[in-house]
Parts: sequence; C-alpha cells; structure tokens
Amino acid sequence: MSILTTHKLSIGYSKKGKTDVIQSALNLELKAGELVCMIGPNGTGKSTLLRTLTGLQKPLSGKTFIDGKELSRLKQREKAMLISLVLTDRIEIENATVYNIVSLGRHPHSDWWGNITDNEDKIIHEAIEMVHLKHKMNQNINELSDGERQRVMIAKALAQDTPIIMLDEPTAHLDLPNRVEIMLLLHRLAHKTDKAILLSTHELDLALQAADRIWLISVERGVEFGVPEDLVFNGSFNHAFESKSYFFNADNGNFSLNYPMTRKVWVSGHKTRMYWTLRALARAGYMVVEDADTKISVTEDGWELKEKEISTVEDLLHELNILFSDQK
Amino acid sequence: MKYRSFIIFLILSLLSLGFFLADLVWGSIHISISEIFSVFFGKGDSGINSEILLNFRLPKAITAVLAGASLSVAGLMMQTLFRNSLADPYILGVSSGASLGVALVMMAASVLPIAFVSSGWALIVAAIIGASIVLALVVGVSFRVQNAVSLLIVGLMFGTIAGSIVSVLQNFSNPDAIKLFVMWTFGSLSAVTWTYMQVLLPVSLLGIGLAFFLQKRLDGLLLGENYARSLGISIVGTRFLIVIATGLLAGGITAFTGPIAFVGVAIPHIARGIFRTSSHKILMPASVLCGASLILFCDIISQIPAYTLPINTISALFGAPIIIWIILKKR
Repeated sequence: MSILTTHKLSIGYSKKGKTDVIQSALNLELKAGELVCMIGPNGTGKSTLLRTLTGLQKPLSGKTFIDGKELSRLKQREKAMLISLVLTDRIEIENATVYNIVSLGRHPHSDWWGNITDNEDKIIHEAIEMVHLKHKMNQNINELSDGERQRVMIAKALAQDTPIIMLDEPTAHLDLPNRVEIMLLLHRLAHKTDKAILLSTHELDLALQAADRIWLISVERGVEFGVPEDLVFNGSFNHAFESKSYFFNADNGNFSLNYPMTRKVWVSGHKTRMYWTLRALARAGYMVVEDADTKISVTEDGWELKEKEISTVEDLLHELNILFSDQK
Repeated sequence: MKYRSFIIFLILSLLSLGFFLADLVWGSIHISISEIFSVFFGKGDSGINSEILLNFRLPKAITAVLAGASLSVAGLMMQTLFRNSLADPYILGVSSGASLGVALVMMAASVLPIAFVSSGWALIVAAIIGASIVLALVVGVSFRVQNAVSLLIVGLMFGTIAGSIVSVLQNFSNPDAIKLFVMWTFGSLSAVTWTYMQVLLPVSLLGIGLAFFLQKRLDGLLLGENYARSLGISIVGTRFLIVIATGLLAGGITAFTGPIAFVGVAIPHIARGIFRTSSHKILMPASVLCGASLILFCDIISQIPAYTLPINTISALFGAPIIIWIILKKR
C-alpha cells in the first residue's frame, strides 16, 4: 500500500524572482513496510527532495499526497503525526538524557503541558529498546558515541509513531560497523513495524544490500526507481554515476577505478585469490585478456609465472615489471 | 529521579522563604522576627517599625523575588531560543533597549500626562517596547548569524547603539532628569512603591505565566529549528511569543529596578546543574526559585555596609565569574 505519492513534483529554490529548478516532473511513491534508499551524486537534489517531501521546504510546483491528504494543506502538527525526521543537525543539549530526547518524539501526541502518561512512558521505553539502548536510557547524550547518538534520534522518530520516517544521511560520520548496524536496524524496523522509511545515503553497496527499493537521482535522468537489482541490470547505475575515472562494477555492486591498462596478461586458477589478484593487476595497469602471451596461474598458496613459484603479490608485480620492461 | 527533584524543590522553596524573611529582618534598623509576625498578624502597634516593614522592606523583598524570577526565566528562554548558553537579556542588549525606553520617558516626562508617568505605566510600557524591539532585532539577525559568539557581539552592539542614543538624549535634557536617570541606572530594588507594585506584579506574573505556557515548545526548540518543526511546533508563532514573554519580563523589571546584570545568564545554568535535566517543566520553576533566592541574597549583602550598595554591583560579582566558568567548561 502506498502511503506517500507525489504528482508532477518540481523541486528547487526560488529566490528574488530567480527560480533554480533542481528536479522536475517527479512521480514517486513510498510503500508501507519498505526501506527506500535515495542515492545519487552530490548536487542532484537529494536533500532538497527530502526537505520538500517533509514539508520543510515548498515545492516549485506539483503536489505531495500522504495518506490521501495533500501535504501543503496540512497543519504543522498534522504533518508531525505523519512524518518523523532524523536530520544531520548536531544536537548539543546540556544535561539531556537518552530518555529526555526520545520523549520529545511524543511532542505532537501529548497534551499542552507535555505530561508523560504511563502509556507514553511505555512507548518511549519500547522505542529505546528497539534501537538497543536500554542500558543507556538515563545516560547523558553528550557521553554517547556518534553511532549511539544516531540511534537515539531514530528512537525519537520511532516514539513519534508516524507511518513515515525520513532520514537525511543517517550513516554519515559513522565508522563501518556503525554504518552497517544502522542500515540493518532501519531495514528490520521497516519490515517489523510496517513503516515506510526513506533515507538518503552515499553508501552504495550498503544501500544495494539493505534497500527494498532505490531512488536513483541524477541530473540528466531525474529520479529512477526500482528494486536495486533491476537498476543494476538495466544499467541505471552506470548512467547515474558516469565518470572517466571510475565505473559502476555490476559484478560486485561497487565502484571500480578506471586505471590506464596497457599491458596484457592472462590469469587462471584459485577463486578467492583470483579476485584480489585481479584488483592488484588492474591497479598496476595490467589488462586481463584471454590467451595473452604472459600467463599467470593462481595456485592454493601463491602464483606461478613463467614456471616460477611466487608467494606474495609484491613479488608477483615485481616479476611482471621486469618481464614487461625486457619486452620493450 | 522524581523523588530527588521533589526534595530539591522543597529545599529551594525553604531557602527562598528563609532569605525572604532575612531580607525583612536585616537593614539599617534591626527588626526581630517576632516583631515581623506581630505586624503581619495585626497584634503590633502602628509604630515606625511597622511603617518601615510594610511600606519599605516588604515591597522591596517582593520586588527582589519578582526581579530574580523574571530575569532568570527570561534568560532561560533566550538561551533555548538562541541555542546559546551565554544568552541573557543583559548581554544581548535587551536591557539596554529597556533603558532607552526608560530614558525617553524620564527625559521627555514634561510632555507626557502626569498621571500616566507617576503611576509607573509610562515607564514599564516604554521599557517593554524597548526590550521587545531590541530582542526582535537580535532574533532577526540570528537568522543570518549562526555563530554563537558573533550573535553575542551583535547583541552587544545593539546595546551600545541604545546606550549611545541615551547619551545623546542626556545632552539635550535638564539636569534633574539626568540625575533621576543616572540614579535609575545604578539599579535599586527599593524604588518600587506599592503604587508601582500594582503595575510590576501583573506584568511579571503575565510574563512568567506565558513562559510556563511555552515550556513544552521550548523543550522541542532544544533540538533546533528543523527538528522542532518536524515535531509540529510552529516556529514563527513560538518565536513571537518568546519575544513577547521575554520583553514583558526583562522590560518590566528593568523599568523599575534598573539594569541588573548576569542573573539571567547565571541562574539557568545553576538550575541545570542542580537538577541535571534539560526539561523546561523542571527548569522553569527551578529558575524562579534560584533567581528569587539569589537576588534576595544579593539584597541582604548589599545592606551589610553602612550605606546600601547598588544591587547591580553585587549581582555582577556573582554572575561574571559564572560566565567565565561556562566558557572554560565549554572548551
């Protein structure tokens, strides 16, 4: 079931009569229970789109419907009941505990005095438990790591209890284990709580693995969307991230660098070692071609080149260099 | 946690009450507690002590409570609004705006209807308008200036501009008006008579009431403007109400007691330190009690020398070191 749809949405900035259209004619949709990752090069309008969909910024034209209601007609509080946000804004509050911050998510629901009833308290506890911070509930947020702080803000969004959660680059500034942790958490939450979760990210391989759907944004082609694998197969990634110095490698879902490759070798043999051997060869400028004159065979514990046993990549590259400089 | 807060509130309330009574007892003439009770409960004679107590010390002590509470609550709101732990009415030039309003009234008093001036309404209205205008200007600038220290400097500059205009006014005024104004700038709690109290009390209570009404939104503002909006808080409306409440509190108090420095910045920090919370539901009443206690305490100290010291001097002695401590702690 789609919870959010846009109709011919056009986003950008309008300042002093000058309009700067970043993306136009967007017809997008978000479905309940799905994790959607928005990826694309810098400057293509990821943040602008997110700000427009949340109502923090007005669209240049077009409409956004949430749950059948038009976004621009909703009051601030009604929006707060539908969308919760996790932003990149840094939170610096003296003396605020994890519980304090998460309880702010109850703001649109509580009475004017902001009393926390037993029921509210239960929701706040559940939200903290879902992000695995129960043991730090009464800790000051200034004492938490960046990854934990991000989880606190996600718990705040959960406590807000909205059908949609949007996150602006939730994995920025985090180390690899925390990035994986946050992505997995969001994936699990989308499926478990039946919320629609939309996030923008630069983590291509993580997004490909965790997202149920990808919104791929580029200047030339607008927003392309679909299941990650479909976008890989139809070449959308290659187009979106077109560049001279790297290309989207459909074999492993990563970016590979375009090295200048002039010298030809042929490699065969053991599988795991093969992958790393190919990487090293590409970096050193060797193109792998079938039946080239120079043959390398990858063995269980090393390499064989011209009937010579070699045990490290460094030695292999060294031998190859000697070989090719002789040929000149 | 809740139990602990309750105990601290009890202690603070008793402390405020104790200082309040002490403020009545102390002074150039000693009046014993038993005399105070007999005056209040109707058994005492209508002698000179009862006159001093009822018409001088009681309004002064009530003013001290109102001044401490108002300035602290105003400071708390401004620190949350600007997300800047050094914001307060005095530093950001709001008190200077109030001074300008007061200067205009005092030096132009000859042209205003006498009933309006002598009742204190002219003073307080001018001060509130002056305070609110400067605060609105600082809020306007805060959209463009993100840096916390730059904002403080802009506030200082607004204060300086207001001060310069006051100096220009002084040049064109008669000596009596100037003397009156200079006396006012020293800051005094005893200037508030019962007539003035009829004006100050409702204004302060209105301001504090408005501040309490805003406490839930202030909690949301702690997360910053974007988050606050995503929580359903209308930013423009909230900002407007905070400017009005702060104008009423800072302007109202400044109109009668003169500018009192550093209470607004120091007390919210003390309240946060004691209660170890960021919730305005707790910090608001805590600031009221701490602020009232501090000004009462300052007033008691100012009575100790042979002749009374200006309250502004004493409060600065307490407040300025606290600001230095905050800056050092933030590094």
